Amino acid sequence: MGPEAVINKSLAELSRALQSKETSSVDLTRAFLERMDTGQGLNAFITVDGDRALEQARAADARIARGDAGSLTGMPLAHKDIFCTKGLLTTCGSKILSNFVAPYNATLIERFNQAGAVILGKTNMDEFAMGSSNETSYFGAVENPWDRACVPGGSSGGSAAAVAARLAPAATGTDTGGSIRQPAAFCGITGLKPSYGRVSRYGMVAFASSLDQGGVLTRSAEDAAYLLSVMAGFDPRDSTSIDRPADDYVGSLEQDISGLTIGLPRQFFGEGLDPEVGRRVEAAIEEYKRLGVKAVDIDMPNCSLAVPCYYVLGPAEASSNLARYDGVRYGYRAPEYADLIDMYKKTRSQGFGAEVKRRILIGTYVLSAGYYDAYYLKALKLRRLIAQEFEQAFQICDLIVGPTTPTTAFKLGAKVDDPIAMYLNDIYTIPANLSGLPGISIPAGFDNAGHPVGLQLIGRYFDEARLLNMAHHYQRVTDWHKHTPAGFA
Amino acid sequence: MKWETVIGLEVHTQLLTASKIFSGASTMYGSEPNTQACAVDIGLPGVLPVMNVEAARMAIKFGLAIGAEINRHSVFARKNYFYPDLPKGYQISQYELPIVYNGKVEIDVDGLTKIISITRAHLEEDAGKSLHEDFHGLSGIDFNRAGTPLLEIVSEPDMRSAAEAVVYLKKLHELVRYLEICDGNMQEGSFRCDANVSVRPEGQETFGTRTELKNINSFKFVEKAIEFEIERQIDVLESGGAVVLETRLYDPDKNETRPMRSKEEAHDYRYFPDPDLPPLELDEAFIEAVRQTLPELPDAKRARFKRDYKLSDYDAGVLTATAAMADYYEDAVRKSKSDPKLVANWTIGDLSAYLNKENLSIEDSAVSSTMFSGLMKKINDGTLSVKTGKQVLEMLWKGQGADATDESTAAESVIIKFDLAQISDRTKIEQVIDKVLAASEAQVQQYRNGQEKVFGYFVGQVMKATGGKANPKQVNEILKKKLND
Repeated sequence: MGPEAVINKSLAELSRALQSKETSSVDLTRAFLERMDTGQGLNAFITVDGDRALEQARAADARIARGDAGSLTGMPLAHKDIFCTKGLLTTCGSKILSNFVAPYNATLIERFNQAGAVILGKTNMDEFAMGSSNETSYFGAVENPWDRACVPGGSSGGSAAAVAARLAPAATGTDTGGSIRQPAAFCGITGLKPSYGRVSRYGMVAFASSLDQGGVLTRSAEDAAYLLSVMAGFDPRDSTSIDRPADDYVGSLEQDISGLTIGLPRQFFGEGLDPEVGRRVEAAIEEYKRLGVKAVDIDMPNCSLAVPCYYVLGPAEASSNLARYDGVRYGYRAPEYADLIDMYKKTRSQGFGAEVKRRILIGTYVLSAGYYDAYYLKALKLRRLIAQEFEQAFQICDLIVGPTTPTTAFKLGAKVDDPIAMYLNDIYTIPANLSGLPGISIPAGFDNAGHPVGLQLIGRYFDEARLLNMAHHYQRVTDWHKHTPAGFA
Repeated sequence: MKWETVIGLEVHTQLLTASKIFSGASTMYGSEPNTQACAVDIGLPGVLPVMNVEAARMAIKFGLAIGAEINRHSVFARKNYFYPDLPKGYQISQYELPIVYNGKVEIDVDGLTKIISITRAHLEEDAGKSLHEDFHGLSGIDFNRAGTPLLEIVSEPDMRSAAEAVVYLKKLHELVRYLEICDGNMQEGSFRCDANVSVRPEGQETFGTRTELKNINSFKFVEKAIEFEIERQIDVLESGGAVVLETRLYDPDKNETRPMRSKEEAHDYRYFPDPDLPPLELDEAFIEAVRQTLPELPDAKRARFKRDYKLSDYDAGVLTATAAMADYYEDAVRKSKSDPKLVANWTIGDLSAYLNKENLSIEDSAVSSTMFSGLMKKINDGTLSVKTGKQVLEMLWKGQGADATDESTAAESVIIKFDLAQISDRTKIEQVIDKVLAASEAQVQQYRNGQEKVFGYFVGQVMKATGGKANPKQVNEILKKKLND
């Protein structure tokens, strides 16, 4: 199979081609490494180590030859630069970790290594995953392959752009408030955030520990099912991972969905939603109805408070999680300083970007004596109320459906100076993080400017199989997910 | 004016777990710097803590031993502050819901029993250590200690003198060693104490302003530091000043305390529940299983020693100072089937003298409890006198008797080898006495004339002739009989 044939195949198809030896991991890996020249201007990757990737590919080919291969053996994958990779730079998009080479692998990386997957490279991201446009990265903004004047979304912007531009068959990401689903929507691909506790957080650089969850950005729900099968599972090194076996995600894809009920929260279709996005989402709901799915309107009033709740809890945890970047043991240290306190101040002032500093300050404030009850505790209560609201909703519906984002991709630089406008991007995605529920964004068409629109599905706790199954059925009757941006076909 | 002192102690005990509280790294003391610090201990990006259940078990053991409540649901919180030896920029500790609360410890001061209430005992991780020598003006950091489990035991302000504080501290020290949850080594820092000290006019109900004393790492320094601080506070108050709420460092070289940081510099630790660790949930079965591992506690053991072995307060106190000492004593009593008081005297007296001289603990005694029981048996049955008993002990201490078939016969083999057995053969003693009397005609005459104090002279001569081995009872009896005939 030639390079052109390879890059437009889905991960599932590539997996079959590898197994049947139609192609080799080395050929596949080389094709994508060469392909990166095409996408160079996107700035999707922070680190690419071609030699190392080819070495892994050779080992994978040997495994396939031995007959010791799984579905991902030899599959090149891109990883968000938030996952620690032994011997390979892990920057988290920050100057403060710009020289950090992890001495260990994240559990997620370890699982992919054991499955025989190849690390194609580490993708660009908002600094410490704080951002919705990938513009806070120390390594520069990423361009949206559908419109290079636009942002790819964030924080997993590099992963989303890479998959959309066919620079990688699939990529990993993390989602704290929408960081997988929002860029997936902006880039016209599929983005899955599993339930909190489904995928180990060990070795995933922490932003907000109670919200962070690793997931995938792929071309289809089927591809996501293949990846989740390898990623999901209990990890004794992560006390918040849940000891519960993974479901058969691939095997459940074809399950019948007729008779299921989707809930449409009023609050997800109100003020602030771009009418074009609204129309595409309505069309997708009609598609589901044609597949025998019932739709009911539901009311989730507390969800409208999700953004302020999130911007108390996320920064609170971040202010503590990021305290370790002090220049003492690893990472960036200011070149000149007078004493210890001065070293701390200069290192952190120079090492962190503006958005990270903003959140550290917010977090420090809401945890301070005298403000803790008014902000942190109140946000915790609100979080519980939002989770209860979902529980109640799932009494009358099996999944919740709505837009992933209020608008499609916006222009680079458009919201850089308006953090509130930027934060409102995640208004529909944050509730799933606050309640720990799985969510997926799938392509549902394009607006008049040709920018992709994302449809979001939120499932019951640990109901990833149902989520993927629902998404898969939509993708069987539509081809939005098969579109490729001009110039990357 | 008369002043009353008020003291509360915070004691940090390093728990004797094999690995750290949130990682698998070893807790062994004294290794090369940073050889026992794993990715979790040094706070690399992405690492996560996993609770070591053994630390919880030890905390519960302590809680049960002081009759405290065990929280079925306790929470780990982050205490945020920057310091180079604190790798994550926060310490994982327990704040609002500690694992142990509401306990008490009884102390005896000047013959009176007093109850010291324990507010709480919570689990937390230790920090690393800054090293300021050998770095040419820079500082080094050793993270080996980072993540070592600590149980911080916080008392109520129930103590009223430095002496009481020391008694309480010794009581805790004894207890944690009995429970085998802490080695109690104050030099190595595995048992550390901070003291909150204030004074108030006698009769006043409200507390005075307190200071917190740090760096008091021996019983002696605890007493001296508190005493110095009491004097200092009284001086301040009597000269019209006010005590400042602050942390003070004790300097043992100068025997003084001086300010470390004042309230203005006080940290806002921004405690909040650690999102990486679920709350510690304990069920009844777990707590019950820990209860089954509780040893006999020091107070109960002391009472039993007094009752069963008819020992004095003092003897019982010394013999139960450590569980090892008590075990040694009881083993010797049981195996020798001898008078418990006799065994107590020899344990506290001669044996302890050897241990002290060589600065050994009872666990490292050259004479095992079994060997010692063999010796006690021979003293108890009259084979050895006090004098020859001491000789045998010395020989055993120096390694004689090692050739015996087993430890219980070591004393016996030394006695035979050096012919140290008491002479209780009546004919033999009579022969010696006859010889002595025949050679002491003048003294015999004096005795018979009523000078009874000469009797001691005959005893001395008999003992001299037998190398001190003649049974003194028999010597007395036979001498009297022969002289009075």
